Amino acid sequence: MSGPSTYQPQHPALKWLEARLPILGLVHSSFIVFPNPRNLNYFWTFGGILAFMLVAQIATGVVLAMHYTAHVTLAFNSVEGIMRDVNGGWMLRYLHANGASMFFIAVYIHIFRGLYYGSYKSPREVLWILGMIIFLLMMATGFMGYVLPWGQMSFWGATVITNLFGAIPLVGGSIVTWLWGGFSVDNPTLNRFFSLHYLLPFMIAGVVVLHIWALHIPGSNNPTGVSVKDKQDTLPFHPYFTVKDALGLVVFLIFYSYFVFYLPNYMGHADNYIEANPLVTPAHIVPEWYFLPFYAILRSIPDKLAGVIAMFGAIAVLFVVPWLDTSKVRSANFRPLYRQFFWIWAVAAVGLGYIGAMPPEGGYLIAGRILTVYYFAHFLIILPLLGLFEKPKPLPVSITESVLGHGGAAVTAGAPSAPQTK
Amino acid sequence: MTMKTLSTKLAGLGISVMLAVSALGAGAAIAAEEGGESAQPTHFPILKPTLEPWSFAGLFGSYDTAQVQRGYQVYKEVCSACHSMHLLSFRNLAQPGGPSFTEAQARTVAASYQVQDGPNDAGDMFERPGRLSDRFPSPFPNPQAAAAANNGKAPPDLSLMAKARAVERGFPWFVLDLFTQYEEGGPDYIHSLLTGYKEPPAGLQIPPGLHYNPHFISGPAIAMPPPLSDGQVTYSDGSPQTVDQYSRDVAAFLMWAAEPHLDARKRAGFQVIIFLVVFAGLLYYTKKKIWSKVAH
Amino acid sequence: MAHSAAAEPTRRDFLYIATGAVGAVGLAATVWPFINQMNPDASALALASSEVDISSLKEGESVTVKWRGKPVVVRNRTAKEIADAKAAQLSDLKDPVARNANLPDDAPATDANRAATGKENWFVMVNVCTHLGCIPLGQEGEYNGWFCPCHGSVYDTAGRIRKGPAPENMAIPVYSFMTDTKIKIG
Repeated sequence: MSGPSTYQPQHPALKWLEARLPILGLVHSSFIVFPNPRNLNYFWTFGGILAFMLVAQIATGVVLAMHYTAHVTLAFNSVEGIMRDVNGGWMLRYLHANGASMFFIAVYIHIFRGLYYGSYKSPREVLWILGMIIFLLMMATGFMGYVLPWGQMSFWGATVITNLFGAIPLVGGSIVTWLWGGFSVDNPTLNRFFSLHYLLPFMIAGVVVLHIWALHIPGSNNPTGVSVKDKQDTLPFHPYFTVKDALGLVVFLIFYSYFVFYLPNYMGHADNYIEANPLVTPAHIVPEWYFLPFYAILRSIPDKLAGVIAMFGAIAVLFVVPWLDTSKVRSANFRPLYRQFFWIWAVAAVGLGYIGAMPPEGGYLIAGRILTVYYFAHFLIILPLLGLFEKPKPLPVSITESVLGHGGAAVTAGAPSAPQTK
Repeated sequence: MTMKTLSTKLAGLGISVMLAVSALGAGAAIAAEEGGESAQPTHFPILKPTLEPWSFAGLFGSYDTAQVQRGYQVYKEVCSACHSMHLLSFRNLAQPGGPSFTEAQARTVAASYQVQDGPNDAGDMFERPGRLSDRFPSPFPNPQAAAAANNGKAPPDLSLMAKARAVERGFPWFVLDLFTQYEEGGPDYIHSLLTGYKEPPAGLQIPPGLHYNPHFISGPAIAMPPPLSDGQVTYSDGSPQTVDQYSRDVAAFLMWAAEPHLDARKRAGFQVIIFLVVFAGLLYYTKKKIWSKVAH
Repeated sequence: MAHSAAAEPTRRDFLYIATGAVGAVGLAATVWPFINQMNPDASALALASSEVDISSLKEGESVTVKWRGKPVVVRNRTAKEIADAKAAQLSDLKDPVARNANLPDDAPATDANRAATGKENWFVMVNVCTHLGCIPLGQEGEYNGWFCPCHGSVYDTAGRIRKGPAPENMAIPVYSFMTDTKIKIG
């Protein structure tokens, strides 16, 4: 995905294959010799971590589907059958359920990284938009996956979220009925959610291919935000970034394993261990934690349609960030004002998540409204104005200079290990 | 703070966030907590569960076989008169990491029940002694019958009770729980509830047929009458025959019923994490070695 | 790349090999649960036994019960069927082994080793063709035993393969007489 390959197969069989399908060359140019900025920090390992999590979720999901039954009378018990009787089933299910949370933790870090270092700016706008599409698909997948165990939160979460579409003028009611395949969340709903929950991860995988393709055209951004100027600025993907990504991944896996084996239900909700009952609503319905900021925005607006628009708007605004940010400088490291506003926004976003978990009353409601306004103001007012008024710090001449202080003399010592150096 | 969900804790991580939120006006609501018993309770449970030391807590926790066996005895002699446990089978009693009865003992338990089977060749249902593969029989044929026999409230199934009730922990406990690995909220709740029956405070009216219990999660009073009394179940191992001990034992049994592979899970977790730490260490040095020649 | 520079084995090579080996072990250990989950689960393993009431079975009658999802035939054989089965020589048999789960693996396929011990009229067998798993029809075929309609395997009155593509005698499951009129299979 990075232009003509320099790969020259030695073995005749590989030559034969390469002449017919240059897939080895593609892998070689994309993941072996691909030039990455040498100054990437560990926040850049989350792309690899996300790729791993997608594969892990598909792998555990496919085997769970071998034991799951998508029927309202059997779904809950089939999940318990997995937990109790299937060989290692408890582990596979806890891996999958906590894997969803880990996937979102990683994707939020990945998105925050992009926002902090300006990775969405030219020439990476399409890369950013593809990422946002992946994020939307992930949310749809996560939501439908949470419905499958058919516990109380599954059922009522599905009811509440599908009812959002009822806010659409004129056709809302028909759309909700169409989504349900009936007059309430019931067996047809569960069955179609299972089908789509199985389908969407493969669509995500497809968009991920485009995302990596779009990444490999301009190459990775880096903590300075300064574009790669020559070969000195980069190191080949293998072994430098394969080993760095592997280290980042294994540390992430320790974190993941801690939840799977010691706090497997921490991210879940106790009510989901009660089988769905369409006649009894739990006292307090909350979505999974990764939806809470958007849920808080929804609830902070006392009008159904406006609330739904605001909630989807909170995601939609992320799509157009490349055009809302008027600054020429990418990295917040060189943008003293943006850096502060970024952290305020990050706290506001996490604060919205906290508010989303609280009952919509009293101080929480007021705080939720203030934070909602701030969330949008950040993107729609602060970002465009900052580019006009902010005085950025002086940028390094090149990545190499930022790494070594002044001059690039010492770099040549490391250059022989970079085969692409001509 | 009536945060009702565990799933939401991560959102609140970080003291800075708390400060920001408090500053924005939510502080007042957070302060109105821990009301204690009063004539007009507004948040339930009125009293939080007391934390008990469980053998299955923590990094190396595992079920206490004798305790789970006693808990099963309490369930069988008391709870099972009204509560079903439809996800459990007699064979589970003989699996490792729980009551761990011998297979012969589990067979005997199973055979002491009559289980409906059929239809036979004549098309009739018939009763036969239970086998290992049979599920625990339910005391009532259906939820309607259970409700009709119990003042209109069907006693809930107990298979997952220890995971299906979680009293909100509140800040900062939900953050600390990450480090202490607190996942015993269910058994703590069950123990507190079973030992929590008392006279209501003056001025609080309890409707007929309900029983005041400040530990009940969804109101001031519960439909279940106090189920246990001292000396009600005869233990053969000399353990105290008190309501407190019965509650503790049955809570441990219910935790096992809800999470039968906990022992295996914690064991596997320890191995996995040790492996990953070693692997991460090796990768760290490999990475350092590979990067040692280049400035970055 | 980094490897090309080093000619002699060094401590660095050892580090790389150790890291790679540990990674490979981890990968292999991860794969196992994904394979093992497809094995029969605890509930399937527990459904090990079925009971059959044979008090109403007259001579020449059979009953078929389901055991582990497969048909097991219990037959009260006629005197002629027993005599026919006994008449067969071991050397005539395609599969000389009894295939009786109650006996050692190498027990010869005599009628006594195929029928119930001490009750030679009672015959219990997993009625599944050993060729490709179809269900042979009873009291049919050249030997008036079982005949598989799928690919023409012919079994005798002791369920032993005599002609056709099937390689083995039909299996005898583990069973026992609980009483004179009740058999427990499995």
